[in-house]
Amino acid sequence: MSEGRKAADGVETTTDGSARPGKFAVLGAVTPLKLDCGAELGPFTVAYETYGALNADKSNVVLVCHALTGDQFPAGENPLTGRTGWWDRMIGPGKVLDTDRYFIICQNVLGSCYGTTGPKEINPATGEPYGLSFPVITIRDMVRAQAMLLDHLGIDDLFCVIGGSMGGMQVLQWCASFPERVFSAVPIATTSKHSAQNIAFHEVGRQAVMADPNWHGGAYFRHGVVPHAGLAVARMAAHITYMSEAGLTRRFGRNLQDRDAFTYGFGADFQVESYLRHQGITFVDRFDANSYLYITRAMDYFDLAADSGGALAKAFQGTSTRFCVVSFTSDWLYPTAESRTIVHALNAAAARVSFVEIESDKGHDSFLLDVPEMFTVLGGFLDAAARARGLGAGS
Amino acid sequence: MTVISDDDTLSRVSRPQDIRVDLLLIARAIPPGSRVLDVGCGDGALMDYLVRERDADARGIELSQEGVNACVARGLSVVQGDADTDLKDYPSKAFDYVILSQTLQATRKPKEVIRELLRIGRHAIVSFPNFGFWKVRAKLFFGGRMPNTGTLDHPWYDTPNIHLCTVRDFVELCESLDVTIEESLAIDSKGRPMRFASRLWLANLFADQGLFVLRKNDS
Repeated sequence: MSEGRKAADGVETTTDGSARPGKFAVLGAVTPLKLDCGAELGPFTVAYETYGALNADKSNVVLVCHALTGDQFPAGENPLTGRTGWWDRMIGPGKVLDTDRYFIICQNVLGSCYGTTGPKEINPATGEPYGLSFPVITIRDMVRAQAMLLDHLGIDDLFCVIGGSMGGMQVLQWCASFPERVFSAVPIATTSKHSAQNIAFHEVGRQAVMADPNWHGGAYFRHGVVPHAGLAVARMAAHITYMSEAGLTRRFGRNLQDRDAFTYGFGADFQVESYLRHQGITFVDRFDANSYLYITRAMDYFDLAADSGGALAKAFQGTSTRFCVVSFTSDWLYPTAESRTIVHALNAAAARVSFVEIESDKGHDSFLLDVPEMFTVLGGFLDAAARARGLGAGS
Repeated sequence: MTVISDDDTLSRVSRPQDIRVDLLLIARAIPPGSRVLDVGCGDGALMDYLVRERDADARGIELSQEGVNACVARGLSVVQGDADTDLKDYPSKAFDYVILSQTLQATRKPKEVIRELLRIGRHAIVSFPNFGFWKVRAKLFFGGRMPNTGTLDHPWYDTPNIHLCTVRDFVELCESLDVTIEESLAIDSKGRPMRFASRLWLANLFADQGLFVLRKNDS
């Protein structure tokens, strides 16, 4: 980032005159962000994107929170990749998150690698990327950074905070940290804490990265290499957890890849192998290995009940936020039982909560996919919440 | 058996098209501004009515996906769940009224469910089809087959109603649970209250459905 000059709110211009897409803000210059680990961060940059228009009384703001490897471009064409945004099914004119009705903000999370300050970005103190000198961050830190962006934009209240997976953790954290700023909340396919199994899978991924000789203790940037192999394996392992057994079977079964018989070797004989390898290889091109370590760590540390003296209900005490909790039948990463734990706590806190478990064989990733039942439920919930908030229908 | 109240007012209550008369009877038993949990709330018609007309703070539990969708789209707070398994998740005395309308007979453990209703709510309102209804008796007695009536409209091999009881059975269950029956009402097959059936044996014979407002004795 030292190579660039940033407008507080607009397209960043780099020294070579090229523009980085999206919006940027430099935050924490006066009052740095106090991180859970004790370190202070500031000034730091956040990369974000907005869709739709802010209304006169600023009551139509929806904060979309992205998942582990997501980015700030959920809708339309992602200007970084040229591919369709990760939640384009949800966001747009006439869609569930109607851009004719709502002003949608999506921020690249702290520690990520799409423009927000993270281990890949240049540490102004040393002139080289932070690498492992970047402080360990938490979900709560990510949410604090989002709140700082809203302050920067002059936005007090969110009509809705919505997100799946790690995005859902941010939603829950928003409701615990800033309940008075959240009118409605939609945590999807998520959990209030990372289980031993969740941590275990993440540890496999981190160990794969760190076992790659090209990782160089996180300082691969000094050697002009990237721990491709390690990060690809990490992604392959993680990707399995995002799909269901039924989904894998339906899609691949034991089908062979471009061949009629086994090769009696270790090439990708099976379609599922080929698919996973493809997932791993393409991921390496778009994600930073150290960011992967930091963000998986943040998720592992997430435990909303522990932050509230052991009782999850206390995290939501006195809340007036309207909740719509959504889980999927085939999600074994954050199974329905985790959502029920959240709902149980919200009930104990006398919160307004709706909960649906949606039938889908697409596993954890269902929240990103074409699941009409989800669109119906969320559309209904948001519509009713918008009426209660005095927001008119979309144009 | 005492009748809830004079029901001449019933016809004069302005009511939306979408609420059944028997649901309206339940609504009338609930004071304005109450915190209400509707267990098995269906498409949320009763909750919607309670929120709009009785200023209630209403929550619901519903098993079917379609029901939950309909409720959420109406802006109601409804959790997908099951009366048998999910009531335990609610804190004690969280509600003024817990409603179980036409669902008791489909639960696996009706006695436990009633205990749970009265743990969660200060009052419970329970309605169920009366298996002592003369038409039911007649169908079994003269037809010699499992009775099908308007309220009990499933064949025996495909019915959700696994724990049917009579009004008298229910009253006895309440006694054994040390539950006070605050109000009770016999309802005919059109969902209207039957003022003449004010004695238990009459209600047990002529009521198509029973509607009870309960309270735990020690509370």
